[in-house]
Amino acid sequence: MRPILDVQGLTKRYGARLGCGDVSFDLWPGEVMGIVGESGSGKSTLLSCLAGHLAPDAGRVIFDTRAEGPRDVLTMSEPERRMLGRTDWAFVHQNPRDGLRLGISAGGNVGERLMAVGARHYGRIRAEATDWLGRVEIAADRIDDRPRAFSGGMQQRLQIARNLVTGPRLVFMDEPTGGLDVSVQARLLDLLRGLVREMGLSAVIVTHDLAVVRLLADRLMVMQGGRVVETGLTDQVLDDPQDAYTQLLVSSVLQV
Amino acid sequence: MYVAVKGGEKAIDAAHDWLAKERRGDRAVAELSLAQIREQMSLAVNRVMAEGSLFDPDLAALAIKQARGDLIEAIFLIRAYRTTLPRLGASRPVDTGAMRCDRRISATFKDAPGGQVLGPTFDYTHRLAGLQTGGRGGRIRGRVPVCGDATDEAVPKPRITDILGRDGLIQDEPPGEAEPPDMTRAPMDYPAGRALRLQALTRGDEGFLLGMAYSTQRGYGRNHPFVGELRIGTVEVEMEVPELGEAVCVGELTLTECETVNQFAGSKIEPAQFTRGYGLVIGQTERKAISMALVDRALRWEELGEEDSGAPAQDAEFVLGHADNIQATGFLEHIKLPHYVDFQSELELVRRMRAEAAREAAE
Amino acid sequence: MTDAAYNFAYLDEQTKRMIRRAILKGVAIPGYQVPFASREMPMPYGWGTGGVQVTAACLTPADTLKVIDQGADDTTNAVSIRRFFQRTAGVAATERTAEASVIQTRHRIPETPLTEGQILVYQVPIPEPLRFLEPRETETRRMHALEDYGLMHVKLYEDIARNGAISTAYAYPVKVEGRYVMDPSPVPKFDNPKLESPAIQLFGAGREQRIYAIPPYTRVVSLDFEDHPFEASKADHACDLCGAEESYLDEVITDDAGGRIFVCSDTDFCAGRRAGGHRGALAAEDVA
Repeated sequence: MRPILDVQGLTKRYGARLGCGDVSFDLWPGEVMGIVGESGSGKSTLLSCLAGHLAPDAGRVIFDTRAEGPRDVLTMSEPERRMLGRTDWAFVHQNPRDGLRLGISAGGNVGERLMAVGARHYGRIRAEATDWLGRVEIAADRIDDRPRAFSGGMQQRLQIARNLVTGPRLVFMDEPTGGLDVSVQARLLDLLRGLVREMGLSAVIVTHDLAVVRLLADRLMVMQGGRVVETGLTDQVLDDPQDAYTQLLVSSVLQV
Repeated sequence: MYVAVKGGEKAIDAAHDWLAKERRGDRAVAELSLAQIREQMSLAVNRVMAEGSLFDPDLAALAIKQARGDLIEAIFLIRAYRTTLPRLGASRPVDTGAMRCDRRISATFKDAPGGQVLGPTFDYTHRLAGLQTGGRGGRIRGRVPVCGDATDEAVPKPRITDILGRDGLIQDEPPGEAEPPDMTRAPMDYPAGRALRLQALTRGDEGFLLGMAYSTQRGYGRNHPFVGELRIGTVEVEMEVPELGEAVCVGELTLTECETVNQFAGSKIEPAQFTRGYGLVIGQTERKAISMALVDRALRWEELGEEDSGAPAQDAEFVLGHADNIQATGFLEHIKLPHYVDFQSELELVRRMRAEAAREAAE
Repeated sequence: MTDAAYNFAYLDEQTKRMIRRAILKGVAIPGYQVPFASREMPMPYGWGTGGVQVTAACLTPADTLKVIDQGADDTTNAVSIRRFFQRTAGVAATERTAEASVIQTRHRIPETPLTEGQILVYQVPIPEPLRFLEPRETETRRMHALEDYGLMHVKLYEDIARNGAISTAYAYPVKVEGRYVMDPSPVPKFDNPKLESPAIQLFGAGREQRIYAIPPYTRVVSLDFEDHPFEASKADHACDLCGAEESYLDEVITDDAGGRIFVCSDTDFCAGRRAGGHRGALAAEDVA
């Protein structure tokens, strides 16, 4: 077996300031990697570089493609990268408004990725959308409603359905529970955990919320000032932190 | 009985005849001469020249007369004529610093080298309709300077922004492309560089630019402007003549130039500096030049490292795509043309969908 | 009869050459919108300036020109454009589709099948089929370059979800030669099947500064779903003048009590049928 994602020496600078520096890690199929740190630690910069939203200054992001095996996504052509973005990759934004088309029905939102990869049968697209709405606990009779009318939690669940409908192999999530009420967060986390296990998804989750990674992540990377300060199995890092910063983080002394 | 839109040719001829008659108006009233329009409707002439992108007061006067005073129609006439003109060459950039000013004011300094000159302005007139004078101004007191003569030419009038620039207080303008693009000879290309943006703005509709500029003042892409300097006057146009080995003056233009001094940019690396907006328009067209400077400044958000607040005036594709009144009026008015074929196809579709719904309801 | 003050067909030769280059590029890349430096014409934007420039670049003194608007030769704007070319190019004009070498049209494709060697020039208001889904030129250009057309089908999906049918009746989007999604200009979707033609089809958008083309015998597919296939529909009537069952019809209101008749929108086609002895339901009356 080989890693689905192999990140080597990823570095991004903003002028004199370091966004993230020399980050390397492997992600194995079916594994969930959590990246934690306070705001400004570089975790969001790292995620943007991994997902191709931001061009890093140095490093390689090697993805195990279905057709051609390991390829550096940073040197891929734009059409190849876009194709990856609507098939094998998914990106869940913190704010569902960034990941949804608010003027288009819930069914259209879920169906878009299917149509983008060539689905041309209305009935089947609709059936698939209905099925996915069910899986994210949205009632089937809301299929023709626009997400503008949905609650924050529902919007986020819709965004997840829209992303997972094409059966991606790798999901990037940026603070997927941020901005939601605590009870809504719990339900969403539950749902996410179920879907990740059921679909055998590999995922990279960026969050400042340790409860999220405790529940979802197999492994953890702790970042501070653009650098990785500690990595390890989630329980190990959270229960027995070695790095001084991680210790502060875990003991909740730091307001993160 | 079926009466198609037959007789199109006859209808068009008749409409043109009627138009000619209306254009002349009551024949008991003397006909306007082109010289009268040029001399007494000079601001209308200026607007037509500015938005028609052609400096020719006589032709602009003719266009205004032919268009029955509809200025957009007159601008259209000028534009259509302008495209047919051969391009003999390009002038050297005009030097507005050497302008013979009829008007020159600064809102940022009480006085400036060269002095402030109010010039022929409506400012400070009381807007009382001259019912007694029939629209004529009041009595003229004292000697009135003739055009280009308002101020002593011997006294140089350096640009206010140059004075600020000497101390590094205002952002330096990076040198532009050696040969600016010509939007009348190449298709519009987004994202548009500043040279192209300024070109589109200077021929843009005055009302549109005014509205856009006003919106920035009310908070949609706000960047508080001071009028650093506004100058109106005459500049020489020079062309290189290779045979002579030097530039010769081929004529004069009246221009209005406005430079605004806007809020400062700065970062950890660069110290704070004021920024600029720029307006330059043919003729005495002050409202337009100030508007242009504000909109230019708003469109520079990206280059100056500002936030995109989503304001209409910050959106170059939106502003440039809708500033041209000839494009706008043509497309707007084309909906007067027959569209019955398309309407028919929608009619059929709506009927079919209604029939479908009725059938389903009946089941 | 030509106006000597202007060059043949109004535009100067340099400009025509520039437009011809754009046309050739368009023909070489079917369905691709070629930017061109549209000139300011002596008629308003939105009234056919793009079509007029393309026609001007194509015309030779030996050409025979036909101009139609809404399928008819005698609508006012068709008259105006035909006169413009008679005045500036002095070319022969005709109302007969079969006799024309260049046909400029707005909103229709003639019923009489076009043949090899003919050029059909469309007037286009908004050339960008993605415009009302994504207003930004920079973004639509990228979508075309990357064949990122998922959003186009989302729009059709939404139509069906809301109305039970694809609710686009004209300017119905097509995919050209399996590559570019194209706006066929606001012709009724009834005309879409005629986009596959032995003639050269050129599209000119003056205000938007774009030219595009469908070369002869190019594959043109109207976008649809397998279970909601494209349908080239028209009013379910026959022409009341010539009795044609398969031509696109105008509905003409004859009184204010619901009275109406249906007649061919293509006036030349209708006149030709009547001359050939075909009669519709109201032909007994003197309706022409």
